[in-house]
Amino acid sequence: MTVVKRQPMPDAGATDVKALEPLLIELARPGRGGRHVRAEANADIPPHYQRKAPLGLPELTEPQVVRHYTHLAELNYSVDGGMYPLGSCTMKYNPKVNDRAASLFADLHPRQSYRTTQGVLALAYELEEMLVKITGMDFVTLQPAAGAQSEFTALLMFKAYHAKRGDAKQRRRIIVPDSAHGTNPASAAMCGYQVATVKSDARGNVDLEALKAALGPDVAGFMLTNPNTLGLFEERVREVCAAVHDAGGLVYGDGANMNALLGVARPGDLGFDCVHINVHKTFSTPHGAGGPGAGPLCVKMHLRPFLPKPWIVRESDGTYHYDTAREDREPESIGDSIGSVKQRLGNFGVLARAYTYIKTLGDEGLTETGRDAVLAANYLLALVREKYDVAYDRTPMHEFVLSAAKQKKQGATALDLSKALLDEGFHSPTVYFPLIVPEALMIEPTETEPKETLDAFAAALNRLADRAASDPTSVHDAPKNTPLRRLDEVTAARSPKLKWQRPT
Amino acid sequence: MNKNPYSPHTEADRTAMLERIGLRSVDELFNAIPRDARSPRLGIGAGMSEQEVQAHLEKLAAMNKTAGSGPFFIGGPIQRRYIPAAVPVLALRGDFLTAYTPYQPEVSQGTLQAVFEYQSLLAELLAMDVVNSSMYDGGSATAEAALMAVRLTGRKKVVVSSDVDFTFRRTLRTYARGAELEIVDVPADRLASSADGAACVIVQHPDAFGTLVDVRAIADAAHEAGALCVQVTEPHALALLEPPGALGVDIAVGEGQPLGIPMSYGGPHLGIFACRGGLVRQMPGRIAGQTVDADGVRGFVNTLQTREQHIRREKATSNICTNEALAAIHAAVYLSLLGPEGLRAAARAGVARAHALANRIAALPTCRIANDGAFFDRFTLRTEMGGWDLRLALLERGIQVEATASHYVDGKRRGRDDVIVQCTEMTSESDADALVDAVAEITGSRQAVAAR
Repeated sequence: MTVVKRQPMPDAGATDVKALEPLLIELARPGRGGRHVRAEANADIPPHYQRKAPLGLPELTEPQVVRHYTHLAELNYSVDGGMYPLGSCTMKYNPKVNDRAASLFADLHPRQSYRTTQGVLALAYELEEMLVKITGMDFVTLQPAAGAQSEFTALLMFKAYHAKRGDAKQRRRIIVPDSAHGTNPASAAMCGYQVATVKSDARGNVDLEALKAALGPDVAGFMLTNPNTLGLFEERVREVCAAVHDAGGLVYGDGANMNALLGVARPGDLGFDCVHINVHKTFSTPHGAGGPGAGPLCVKMHLRPFLPKPWIVRESDGTYHYDTAREDREPESIGDSIGSVKQRLGNFGVLARAYTYIKTLGDEGLTETGRDAVLAANYLLALVREKYDVAYDRTPMHEFVLSAAKQKKQGATALDLSKALLDEGFHSPTVYFPLIVPEALMIEPTETEPKETLDAFAAALNRLADRAASDPTSVHDAPKNTPLRRLDEVTAARSPKLKWQRPT
Repeated sequence: MNKNPYSPHTEADRTAMLERIGLRSVDELFNAIPRDARSPRLGIGAGMSEQEVQAHLEKLAAMNKTAGSGPFFIGGPIQRRYIPAAVPVLALRGDFLTAYTPYQPEVSQGTLQAVFEYQSLLAELLAMDVVNSSMYDGGSATAEAALMAVRLTGRKKVVVSSDVDFTFRRTLRTYARGAELEIVDVPADRLASSADGAACVIVQHPDAFGTLVDVRAIADAAHEAGALCVQVTEPHALALLEPPGALGVDIAVGEGQPLGIPMSYGGPHLGIFACRGGLVRQMPGRIAGQTVDADGVRGFVNTLQTREQHIRREKATSNICTNEALAAIHAAVYLSLLGPEGLRAAARAGVARAHALANRIAALPTCRIANDGAFFDRFTLRTEMGGWDLRLALLERGIQVEATASHYVDGKRRGRDDVIVQCTEMTSESDADALVDAVAEITGSRQAVAAR
């Protein structure tokens, strides 16, 4: 199929600048406005506090605003519009019934009495139970607003756990594999830990001997993604966890790749002490152009006391409240809990979507998801492995990593290939990650792409490999069919323009 | 029929795929998994059709009493405000909702320009140089402001007003456990004199109880002590009050949910984070910046990425990755629709209604307004029976308010036992009547008047 470029029409006449769409400030004119809120009497503010600084918000009418954001929306690639083969992002389809379900809980304030939010508590309690079953853990906190905040929460809990046992002061180090996602060491650093990196072996597993050498009484824990960011299942995962435990450390499971394990295996059965879930990956909640997500943290029994508060309690009569008190008065003592990273139940509106998804799928639907995700990735790999170097000669799970080292020698880097793919109508895979593979292309199709789409994507990738060999300049010049050509990121960083200038 | 209704793979597809791979069964793909751990029974139960799951969620929702179902006065950083119809229509379009983080800017200009405009709109509102593209919420924004101040000054003490929202202070204390910071809660009137040796002084204006605070004096005192001044603020207040940028504030944070984002029982919300230009390299979070493409066409990209985790890893300014971009887009649409006049109108409505209501309550012999000074759009009500009991009695009458006795940080209750009343443009006359009548009746005002 030939890709035809559609150029959205910008608002005419609003700006002389060469642009896809004017800025709001360029569309504004003094005196324009709407009538969304009833006009009100004057408010009593003591003169000392009154705003004297100008309130330079743009004055626009609703028709202009609608047209503007419609144009902007049309400039975006999205899952609703096409495939994102981004490794470790799990860009699966976002079911619309989930959005509608979440909207049923829109008009609820988190500080309402538990008596008025029994439906919220029932949903959250059941979601916790379902996540326990899916992960093979014992308890859950729904509070973290994202995977990174969940990592941070878990590491604070590790610190508290070790403090309770009396050796937190010695245990100053967290170990991560060299393939770890950047948030892992960043979260460890936010927790006051030093970060040590351990290398992967020739099969893409954590090098067990190197890990054992790095372990000691100064290690608080090890952060492991499984399957890892190479898409590979850690072949000695139980030995890895045992080695960490033998040294008195804890094993953190980064659950970003949980999609490969749904109904296939449970982190709790493999030796992990805890695992976080990215509901915006595994459980289909929409990415929202960068967020929101939610990052529930599932833990084993021995970490329970340190979980953020409040906890949900279910009474024998089937009603719910927050722990220790039947009233909304929060407890005097939070015991060994680390406190809270967000109030109440975190991003409830996002969690309601994940809940709806899990209820829709059930046991068999979840299992089919995991199996189809792994099958689709292996199929896609079979289609492209002749023309690209495969980083590790092993059966991947739900994602795989190619190296474009061969193509780079021919004159087309992973970056060039990612831009040329945009011209083919596909979003690029993840590039240059994990760091241990040169010219990495990390590809995860997910289970919701039809086979025809996988075939088309593979054909596009293979075409690009041919072009890299025969006409690398054309790849280097990409993209040409997208709303913009390559952007000057160097100048953007060197002379940052981080807000508009008001037209004079 | 598939068990996963969102998977398009037919049995024929699966067979064809397996053939191409050269396998006979999908099970062969799982040989690396320990045998005893394979194919666990999840025990969640059967899946549902969409119709059934919709009915199930509706049943759960019916077990809640929504804010709009009766007179509602709970507020604070999260507020029940009027959301124009065009906000969800635009911000929840699939092209925004189901888009990914804009790492490929050529196909993400919708996101990047919308976020750049959000940054610009908030910069105007706050009168600050730089705004990032969002943190998770006001609480984590406050915590990260403290961490930023610690990085900039090298000091490990953080002074925070005890009139900063209690959930923000709780999150701050939790975050502080990581870097082992000393968090000192200080009453507002002692803030200015407590800045010595602090990385920053954190003040909220209007404060958790709605009281207006002299931020300039605190900022000056902080700077004299070599500390930064962090102001926690709220967006509608900024339509009418002097903004942080005009008060000498170094880092401004707050909860942006009132800007067209539903309350949703606590999230997703919007962490507003802004700073003085000179501090931008230590700012956490993503930032959109303006540039041009190879043809000289204006465009936008994520910039200053060397601050972020995917580049700097353990040296990043924060671990934040997924943020609240869609909430930021909601806020931008909301501000575009309302404009300066609409925002002022909404803010004025809250202030006017709060003052009218406070006057009526103050006229009751059994009640008094307990704010330390002038207030914005919320106030505290003190009565002999205590705010905790009053709140429960009001709840029995279908009226929702908040009690300060439910606020705690690290087991220390605030020491006041008042009710907090928040008004916005959504507060109606009949809501106000209901509250006054109920308070009068519960606290025995009628008897008190009759007894005189």
